[in-house]
Amino acid sequence: MTALQIIFILVAAMTLGAGMLVVTARNLIHSALWLVTALFGVAIMFVLLEAGFLAVVQVMVYIGAIAILIIFGIMLTRKIASDSGPRFTENWGWALFIAVVLFGGLTWLLASWSGFQAEPAPLSERFDSLRQLGVALVSPDGYVLAFELASVLLLAALIGALVIAWDRK
Amino acid sequence: MFDPMNSIAQWLTDLLSGWGLSSGLVIFILTLLGVVVVATFVLVLDIFLVWVERKVVARFQDRLGPNRLGPFGLIQPLADVIKLLIKEDITPSGADRVVYNLAPIMALATVLLLWAVIPFAPTMLGADISVGVLYIVAIGAIGTLGLIMAGWASNNKYALLGALRTVAMTVSYEVPMVVSLLLPVILARSMSLQEIVNRQSIWYIVAAPIAALIFLISAIAELGRAPFDLAEAESEIVAGFHIEYSGMKFGLFYAGELLHAVTMGALFATFFLGGWKGPFVEQVPILGVVYLLAKAMFLYWVIMWVKYSLPRVRIDHMLDFNWKLLTPLALVMVMATALLDKLLIGLAIPAGSLAYTFWMLVMNIFIGWATLSLLRTHARVERMRVGEPKPVARPELSGVKPTGITKV
Repeated sequence: MTALQIIFILVAAMTLGAGMLVVTARNLIHSALWLVTALFGVAIMFVLLEAGFLAVVQVMVYIGAIAILIIFGIMLTRKIASDSGPRFTENWGWALFIAVVLFGGLTWLLASWSGFQAEPAPLSERFDSLRQLGVALVSPDGYVLAFELASVLLLAALIGALVIAWDRK
Repeated sequence: MFDPMNSIAQWLTDLLSGWGLSSGLVIFILTLLGVVVVATFVLVLDIFLVWVERKVVARFQDRLGPNRLGPFGLIQPLADVIKLLIKEDITPSGADRVVYNLAPIMALATVLLLWAVIPFAPTMLGADISVGVLYIVAIGAIGTLGLIMAGWASNNKYALLGALRTVAMTVSYEVPMVVSLLLPVILARSMSLQEIVNRQSIWYIVAAPIAALIFLISAIAELGRAPFDLAEAESEIVAGFHIEYSGMKFGLFYAGELLHAVTMGALFATFFLGGWKGPFVEQVPILGVVYLLAKAMFLYWVIMWVKYSLPRVRIDHMLDFNWKLLTPLALVMVMATALLDKLLIGLAIPAGSLAYTFWMLVMNIFIGWATLSLLRTHARVERMRVGEPKPVARPELSGVKPTGITKV
């Protein structure tokens, strides 16, 4: 096993374990902090895949904005540590079955792909993935339409939030 | 070329390879050593900062400051450290123990992480990552998380209030900060900090003075220093998020705050003041460290100057200032700079040349002047509104028929 594989297994275990704890922790703030851990694990995955930009954006957007907003929201509510109900619904057996089938199916699908066993080719020193991504996002034969649509959607959400919060006298 | 750090690294590589270690392991050991060296250097600098802070605040307040222990009181921070270490370590009842103990570590560690990408010299830097600017913003977000954890886990109302104020402040001031950081990125055409420094043949504070000012103001807000020290306002919420911390745990918050201030100074120097650039730095790269620290210390002094000169702002003023002035101004600056940049490149004026910088400066002065005149108009309207005679009560709204008042 290479060092990369060992790190991958450790990080994957951390991410999955934290993800489990998000739904099983009784304290909502603890859930939110475990969520931060899980998201950070995903960011480390991106670093291992040499996608530095995605890793940093993952931390910035998911931890810096979303997790903090969740914690902020929780802090404004009461009785965050007194959730005494059952942790699982009665259908957890079915959920487990579907999850296992889905995981098995995806693994089977990937295993039948020819590049499954191949070692990743090292990127050349001159390859600037950030520049490639930036050009692809704004070039007409790239993703400019999707990019602009997402911008318009976000703008609409922004205006919507303003309209809801508007204090009509 | 005198370059001690890389000479040592080269010597160690040869030595370890000579012992028969594999090249991967040698790189790992050298990286680990580099991390230890940078972190230790920064933490030792931090001890010295306690002395600087106490001495400078004393001068601002017309006092002498620490002057008993050692020459100029230089041993004073060591005495402070010993005092903090032997203090009783108190955990409040009802506190969330793990989160409570994790918070001060996060507060200091996130600041240390920032030093990983700051270039010290042309040949000395931790990691030259292509997304350095975004990395800094992301680490800042984790720092905010540490403060929230401290405020929540203390099981104290004042601490929670401080944490809520911290979130309101840091999350909103992150917006103008990120937007103002886009200007050096536009000018340098790169998000790598080393590249930004390399491109600054003319310091970017000349080409983007307004962005520099916005960055400085939002950096002070990120630090939670006066005039933006609402999160720990002593007279209102008795030190806010770190009210329950004692001994070295408080010490970590304190050290983190001081170090964060000088780190922001180093970042400002890197983005706008040419980082390690200075005379003879090409021949003697180690001089870059001196230049960078000198610029960082100057900025640290400016931040202290602001801190000890201005009173605390009210929370609504703080948010108004951010959303109604800094954010729109930063957005306008980004658009204007990007447009002017395209225009100048179209006119065959290369980026970074003297003419390019001159036109950028002219644009900045124009937008600054326009902003100031808008503010002046706003202030005049506001003064008239406040100066108008106000009705003491509105009888028609109270539901009670006014008696003895005749309509005029």
